[in-house]
Amino acid sequence: MTQPLTIRLDNCAKTWPDGTRALAPLDLSIHAGETLALLGPSGCGKTTLLRMICGLERADVGGRIHFGDDDVTQVAPEARGVGVVFQGYALFPNMNVAQNVGYGLKIRGVDAASRRRRVAEMLELVELEALAERRIDQLSGGQRQRVALARAIAIEPRVLLLDEPLTALDARLRQQLRVDLAKLLKTLGITCVIVTHDQEEAMMLGDRVAVMSAGRLEQLGAPETLYRAPASPFVADFLGTLCRLEGGEVTSRHGVESLTFRPHEVELAAPGQGLPARIQARFFLGSHIRFELALADGQRFTALAAPDAVWQPDDAVSVIIEQARVA
Amino acid sequence: MGRRRAWLVIAAPAVVLFLAFWLLPMVKLAGIGAATSQGMDASAYWLVVTQPRYWQSLINTVALSLGATLATLVIALPVSRFLARHPDFPGRRVLMSLLLFPLAFPGVVVGFLVILATGRQGVLNTLSKALSGEPVVLAYGMAGLFIGYLYFLLPRTIGVLMAAVEGIDKHWLEAAQTLGASPWRRFVDIELPALTGALTAAGAMCFATAMGAFGTVFTLGTRIDVLPITIYDEFTNYANLPVAAALSVVLGLATWAVLYLANSLAARTARGN
Repeated sequence: MTQPLTIRLDNCAKTWPDGTRALAPLDLSIHAGETLALLGPSGCGKTTLLRMICGLERADVGGRIHFGDDDVTQVAPEARGVGVVFQGYALFPNMNVAQNVGYGLKIRGVDAASRRRRVAEMLELVELEALAERRIDQLSGGQRQRVALARAIAIEPRVLLLDEPLTALDARLRQQLRVDLAKLLKTLGITCVIVTHDQEEAMMLGDRVAVMSAGRLEQLGAPETLYRAPASPFVADFLGTLCRLEGGEVTSRHGVESLTFRPHEVELAAPGQGLPARIQARFFLGSHIRFELALADGQRFTALAAPDAVWQPDDAVSVIIEQARVA
Repeated sequence: MGRRRAWLVIAAPAVVLFLAFWLLPMVKLAGIGAATSQGMDASAYWLVVTQPRYWQSLINTVALSLGATLATLVIALPVSRFLARHPDFPGRRVLMSLLLFPLAFPGVVVGFLVILATGRQGVLNTLSKALSGEPVVLAYGMAGLFIGYLYFLLPRTIGVLMAAVEGIDKHWLEAAQTLGASPWRRFVDIELPALTGALTAAGAMCFATAMGAFGTVFTLGTRIDVLPITIYDEFTNYANLPVAAALSVVLGLATWAVLYLANSLAARTARGN
């Protein structure tokens, strides 16, 4: 593998020809060898940012992109040496698995023998050795995803970009491949950017996560930092559930305007010890129980409790909020 | 086996139609061709393949049709790609209507248009005389025929190819691009294979249409004999029914043979990739 590379974006913005802004000017440094997850709802500009890194989209005038010490702003996508896994995989239907994986090498003029060797190596890495001669339309979704990955890394790219690599798969398979992918990225040690709208995926795969919204970078940091110290309500809400209570009883008891907290930070107790509330609904989820609650004034919130919690709907309880943040 | 009987009942009208309007006339036509014609002791088929006048006409027709088909595909492909990839440039709708306008014209009108453009009183001749003093008349030769064929083949082909180009996933091309493929390699490795089916279908349609083209050639009154004209001559001027029938069968067979060849070639290319 080649030496991992730092990616630096300076003042990169994107405006479409019709004048709409896809991306506000943005500075971003991706460390050598790290996996950065771009997380946000659809239309937040995360895919546009990814396409700018591989060169399929050009930044507005004034934006600069560096791979290590090379300024690649004006370099065409075919010369950037970037491996891309597209959303939906974009495998070539007129080629079989081996030909897909070997295509980038063929373009580079690698001789047939070395190509065969490298393709075999790649297929082994993604555990698809047996399917080398298969046509693309004979593959399952998970197999396609791995072929796309093998094709992208066969060219020994300087940077690996993944656009929603697991979105097209069903939930169970996604769980499995997420673990596989995390392991593979660690093995490769390559600088990697992964675009996703799934917060769990971002937190599992990303060494750091960049949360984006409406064409802006909201916050960039390690998954734990983002979860524990979100810089904005948007980030807090996007990474898991965030509850908010305000006024009345909350103010008189805690002496603040409002409280924000996560469902697992709530402790339920017998009436009389904290904020009085009533159980509205109870969902047993195996590892925990999810309660929907309401204060006397009708404000609703969620609490998670251990699976042996005894409360039932309509029970009166008191609520102790442990790590309440003042919002 | 009630199911099978039901099938027979449903299929019966189609079979009757097929027999009455396709098979019977065809057999009859082939039969007429087998008869000996006026004062000759061989069958009309023998005549058709041995007399230079007839096979020359066959060669002309096949050559002209193949040439027109290839030229149409070569012109239509870049035009279709451009139109499919640029869904909203100013004037696109007008251009599309102009391109598709000749679709409804009968061959006679197309022939007339060719004369207006490149005939003795045509635009081209007037222009070239004014510019260089040399007259340029294309309408009544091979070039005129060729232009006429393009006139009615291009609109159909552009329609078919445009739809095919629109069906190409642009992510395939982007994936190839990030893997290092130049525009030319992307075209050859990704686009062409994806278009093979459409190109074969459009080519087959062009070739069959060109093989049977009559009105345009008739209007232009060229000295070049193509099979449909030869058949018409034999039928109306010489009342030589056996030869007309034999030529018709040969026309059908030749078209079928070329299309069969093209199809198997396309299938092999698709597999080879």
